[in-house]
Amino acid sequence: MQKRDWLIFLAVAVFLAIFPFIAARISAISHYIDIMVFAGIFSIVSLGLCMLMGYAGQVSMAQAAFFGIGAYTSGILTSHFHWHPLPAIPIGCLLSAAVAWLVGVPALRLKGHYLAMATLGFGEIVHIVLNQEVEWTGGPSGLVDIPSLKILGVRISSEEAWYYIVWTAALCTLIFCFNVLRSRVGRALRAIHEEETAADAMGVPTARFKLQVFVLSAVLAAIAGSFYTHYVTFLNPGTFDLMWSIRFVLMVMLGGVQSLWGAVLGTVLLTFIGNEWLRVFADFDILVYGAILLLVALFLPDGLVSIFPKGRSASGNV
Amino acid sequence: MLTVKSVHTYYGNIHALKGVSLHVRPGEMVALIGANGAGKSTLVNTICGLIAPRKGSIELEGESIGGLTPEEIVRKGIALVPEGRQVFATLTVEANLQMGGFVNRRNKRQVEEDMEALLERFPILRQRSRQLAGTLSGGEQQMLAISRALMARPRLLVLDEPSMGLAPLIIREIFSIVQELRKEGKTILLIEQNAKAALQIADRGYVLETGKVVLQGEGVMLLEHREVQRAYLGRGAREIWEA
Repeated sequence: MQKRDWLIFLAVAVFLAIFPFIAARISAISHYIDIMVFAGIFSIVSLGLCMLMGYAGQVSMAQAAFFGIGAYTSGILTSHFHWHPLPAIPIGCLLSAAVAWLVGVPALRLKGHYLAMATLGFGEIVHIVLNQEVEWTGGPSGLVDIPSLKILGVRISSEEAWYYIVWTAALCTLIFCFNVLRSRVGRALRAIHEEETAADAMGVPTARFKLQVFVLSAVLAAIAGSFYTHYVTFLNPGTFDLMWSIRFVLMVMLGGVQSLWGAVLGTVLLTFIGNEWLRVFADFDILVYGAILLLVALFLPDGLVSIFPKGRSASGNV
Repeated sequence: MLTVKSVHTYYGNIHALKGVSLHVRPGEMVALIGANGAGKSTLVNTICGLIAPRKGSIELEGESIGGLTPEEIVRKGIALVPEGRQVFATLTVEANLQMGGFVNRRNKRQVEEDMEALLERFPILRQRSRQLAGTLSGGEQQMLAISRALMARPRLLVLDEPSMGLAPLIIREIFSIVQELRKEGKTILLIEQNAKAALQIADRGYVLETGKVVLQGEGVMLLEHREVQRAYLGRGAREIWEA
């Protein structure tokens, strides 16, 4: 991270730290804390997706499916098998990583947007499995009896506690992603995005790197899924369908594909739009999402971050 | 150093290289010339592993490299300056150079030293080292692309049309850089459409036409060859047609 990013980071961290105190005092927005918990969880997903889309130049239409794999793994292990929530999280990550690897190996050997197609189909498969495996997942009626998160014997139940845990995790993910991008691997990823043939000619194993980023994005989605499970303590396949995958893509695009900050910004905005401001549209919200996607693609191809004055590292040029 | 023996390469069903053979000796600069669609770039891509040959063998210092991945071939010591420069436009000049040393990950100090030496050699790149490569002029980008390839410490440097899209004055500068590299003992395979410029500085040359080597010889002698003059320099066209 460069100086500028650290300054933004500091400002954002301070804002996030005091936000619950402000929100709690104003009754009109006191439920915003709850929405912010979701925004934090989704941010972890969209940061992974941002790395994949913005830097490896690949689109995944199955982030909701990986989110679901993490969520249901945690849910099933803790409800059916009474596991402690913490050890269930890495199991979900491993499963998600393994599945992403299987999907990615054939799809990423090809140049072009084959990953988008492969993941489109794969997301649908996951959704069907979640609906049909009633014994395990509870099917369409959902999975219940999921315990809340417990850390060092303390049950995390208040919204504020969740808020701080989730956002700490999200900010750690952010720092992690910044460091990955600044490393040799990150430079190689941006090179692949720029000129794949030239990157090949420099000796960059392009297929392997793309696969690694894809697996990373799946793991981050799975972690977020575990958080979601224990926060909501109820799972329903509807949260993990194609529409949600599209929403994740939209979050990244809205903020700015080539910016990690953009991913977080887009996620927070879209979560508020979805959970709060668009309630009046009910099932027609998909039209609004379509309109947002269109407007962003037409007028803000670099996302909302392009509105801000551009420093050297504004687009993640570390 | 490099030996290519009757290589056949296909794009799907299109037979692009129909049994091309050539060799480059250590310390030599060999020019490969030919018109559009002659198969020059296909040959480059085949040598660098971007396309696998269907038949024939490619050897680097006696070691077969045909069919290896581009990554393995870079590690064996062939670096490519790709057609149209292909610098990483949104990366800084410095990051571009570091990408060139990508395969030398174990030796960070060596990468640093090599970079320092190149920045010393091309002061204009040092001036612009923190600028994005996309903001450089065409000639500067070509300089960067060559430096980037040198960062891999190649045994053989392959330049694919370094004069493409550059002004004549800049082309002269780029060619003088290539000549200097040759004098320093680098082995170079130079692919060019600009037959005259390439053959003037090369030790030997090959002429490629529709996927076959049709002529070969010493650089300047090849330049004086009737066929080359006809095909690439447009001279004496009438006498050939009338004959």
